[in-house]
Amino acid sequence: MDLLRFITAGSVDDGKSTLIGRLLYDTDSIKVDQLETIQKQSKNKSEGEIDLALFTDGLRAEREQGITIDVAYKYFNTEKRKFIIADAPGHIQYTRNMVTGASNSDLIIILVDARLGVIEQTRRHTILASLLQLPHVVVTINKMDMVDFSQEVYDSIVAEYSKMAESLKIKDVKFIPISALNGDNIVNPSANMPWFKGETLLHLLENVNVAQDINYDESRFPVQYVIRPQSDDLHDYRGYAGKVLSGTYKKGDRVTVLPDGIESVVEAVEVHGLEVEEAFAPQSAVIRLKDDIDINRGDLIVKQSDIIKISQDVQATICWMDNRPLVKGNKYLLQVQSKRVRCVIKEINYKIDVNTLERHEDFDQVGLNDVVNVTIKTASPIAYDSYNTLRANGGAILIDETAHTTVAGCMLQ
Amino acid sequence: MPQHTLDYLDLLEAESIHIMREVAGQFERPALLFSGGKDSITLVQLALKAFKPGKIPFPLVHIDTGHNFPEALEYRDKIAEQYGAKLIVRKVEDTIKARGLKEPSGKFASRNALQSYTLLDTIEEFGFDACIGGARRDEEKARAKERIFSVRDEFGQWDPKKQRPELWNLYNGKIALGENVRVFPISNWVELDVWNYIKREGIELPSIYFTHEREVIVHNEHLVAMSDFIRVDEGDVIVKKNVRYRTVGDMTCTAAVESTASTIDDIIAEIHLTNISERGETRIDDQVSEAAMEDRKKNGYF
Repeated sequence: MDLLRFITAGSVDDGKSTLIGRLLYDTDSIKVDQLETIQKQSKNKSEGEIDLALFTDGLRAEREQGITIDVAYKYFNTEKRKFIIADAPGHIQYTRNMVTGASNSDLIIILVDARLGVIEQTRRHTILASLLQLPHVVVTINKMDMVDFSQEVYDSIVAEYSKMAESLKIKDVKFIPISALNGDNIVNPSANMPWFKGETLLHLLENVNVAQDINYDESRFPVQYVIRPQSDDLHDYRGYAGKVLSGTYKKGDRVTVLPDGIESVVEAVEVHGLEVEEAFAPQSAVIRLKDDIDINRGDLIVKQSDIIKISQDVQATICWMDNRPLVKGNKYLLQVQSKRVRCVIKEINYKIDVNTLERHEDFDQVGLNDVVNVTIKTASPIAYDSYNTLRANGGAILIDETAHTTVAGCMLQ
Repeated sequence: MPQHTLDYLDLLEAESIHIMREVAGQFERPALLFSGGKDSITLVQLALKAFKPGKIPFPLVHIDTGHNFPEALEYRDKIAEQYGAKLIVRKVEDTIKARGLKEPSGKFASRNALQSYTLLDTIEEFGFDACIGGARRDEEKARAKERIFSVRDEFGQWDPKKQRPELWNLYNGKIALGENVRVFPISNWVELDVWNYIKREGIELPSIYFTHEREVIVHNEHLVAMSDFIRVDEGDVIVKKNVRYRTVGDMTCTAAVESTASTIDDIIAEIHLTNISERGETRIDDQVSEAAMEDRKKNGYF
C-alpha cells in the first residue's frame, strides 16, 4: 500500500463537493455518527437521501460569513492506497488556495460540467496545474446524467480540452465521464455509459504510477539539523539530518556542499539511527561525511549535477498571497528548503493572466491572487533548481520580514 | 539497482520526521506535548527516530488536569525515564488555585477547557516558542483546516482566517515575541495509520487501551468510568463491563467502548469493523455543540 496526494479543482456548482463526498462514501470512509450529523443538516431532501456535498462542509466561521477558508484535507483509503485530498475552492479569487493545495499534490482532478463544457474556469485550473507542474491531470466530465449520458457531448469536450492541454504542454491527461451524484464511473463502471471503455475514477487513482515521478538521477539533500550527541561514546559524532528530495545517497559518494562548494565523500548514510546501504527520495535520513567541515542548517548536499544553479539573481514565477500589494524594491525573506535568506524584489517583469496565460507588461499593481514573473536579488548565493526541471528543489516561499506571514509561493527558474 | 519503493507508513513517517527536524531547526525552545495517549506516544517515537543517535532535543510537557487515568500517568513517567527525556508536568489544579478560576460543574464536569490556561502559563514560564501536538486532521473538521505549523497569538488563539498558506514541504515558523506555534507532525495520519504504525514499531501502550473489566455508568449510550471525579446520581445505572479506551483523555469526558480486544491486532480488526468515528464514540466534550472544537481552538486549546 502506498500514498497518493491529489487536489480537486472546481466549484460547488460543478459537483466538486459531491464528488469528494461520493469517494468517501463509496470507500466506506464515513462513519455512522458523521452520517447522522449530515442527515440532520440535509434540508429539502427526501427521506433517506443524503447530500454528499455536506461531507466537505466547513467551519462555523465560514458558514456564518459565507466564505471558504483556504484548503481542507480529507482522507480515505482502499486496500491499494492511502489517499490525501486537498480540497481547494475553485473560484477566481482563490488562486492562492489552489496553488497551495496543488503544490504538494501528485495529481489534479479537474471537474467539467457536461452541460457547460470547457469554460474559463477549466482553462484557469489547467493553467495553474501546468504552472505547478502537476504530473497527472484527470478531467472528470460530470453531470453526464443531465446530458442523457451522451457520448457525443463527452467526445466534443475531450477534443476541445485535448487541444488546450497540448498547447500548455501537459503530458498525462486522462478523461472520465461521470455522475458524482449517482456514482457513475466513480467506483463502479457505469451501466448508463457502456460506450466508455476507460477505467473508473477510483481505479485510475489506485493505479496511477507516482513513484516514477521522482527523479533518481539528480541528488539533493538539504541539511535541516546537525545531530551532535556529544556523549562519551559518540564524542565526535556529527550527522547531518535532512530529507532526500531527489536522487540517492550511499557510502563513498562524492558530494559537494552548496552554496560554498566544499567537496567531500559520504562516510555513512543512516535512516532512523541504523546504517543503510542507500537512502533515496523521499526518505528522511542522516548523512555523515569523511571530512570535518563546517556545515549548517540551510546547506545543500548534492552529488555531481549539471543543472543545479548557484546564484544571487533568481527569476521566479510567483503567486502573490498577501492582502498588501507586492511592491518593487521591497525586501523579504526567501525560504528554499531549509535555507532562509534576505532578498529584494528587483524587478517585476510581467503579470500572467491565469485565464489565458497571456503576459502583460502594463499593470497597475500586484495584489492577492496575482501571478507574476519577478527577478529577485538575494543577500547571499542560494543553491536551487529550476522548478520545471526538478520540482522537488525549485519551490520557495517569500516571508514578510516584519509581519512574518507567508506572502508568496515561488516557482524558481 | 535497489528497489526504491516505500510503504505508506514509511512515507508518512518520513514526512513527520521532516517536520520534527524543522521544529528543532527553526525554534529556540520547542516542547512536545505528551499525555501518554497513543497519538502523543507516536510523536515521541517519531522524535526518537528523527534525532538518533542523539537524544530528543526538547522536553516532554504534560498538562495534568488532575482527572487523568492513573494508568496513563504511570505510563507517561515510565516513557520519559526510559528515553532519558526531560519531563515537565504542570497541573490545572494549581492554575485554578493561583488564578481563582471557576471549576466547571455538572455531572461529568470536564477541565478540558481549563487546560488551555495552564498550557499558556507553561508556555510563558519556559518561553516555549513551539509546541508539538498529536492532533490529526481526520479527527474533526476544525482540525481538517488547521495548518501543520499553526501560529497562535499571545493568548494562544487560533484564527482560521489568518492562517499562513503552507506550500510544498516548506514551513514558515517565523513569529514575533510572545507568539508561539503549535506544530502537528501527524496531521496527515488517520486513526488506523497510528495503530498500524504502533504495531509495526512495537510501541508499548498504557493498559487501558486493551480490554479490562471496569465499573462504568451508562449515560446516553456512553460508558463513563466510575471515579472520584464524576457525580453519581440516584437512578444511575452502574455496571461492570469488559471495556477498553479508544482514546485517552480525562476520566470525566472520555467514554470507554465495550471490547474484548487484548492485542494490537484485535484493536486494528475492531477499528476496521466499527462504524462510529473515534471522537464520536469516545469524546463527550465534543458533543456540546457542533463547533465545540472550533471554539476551544480559538481559545488557545491545542
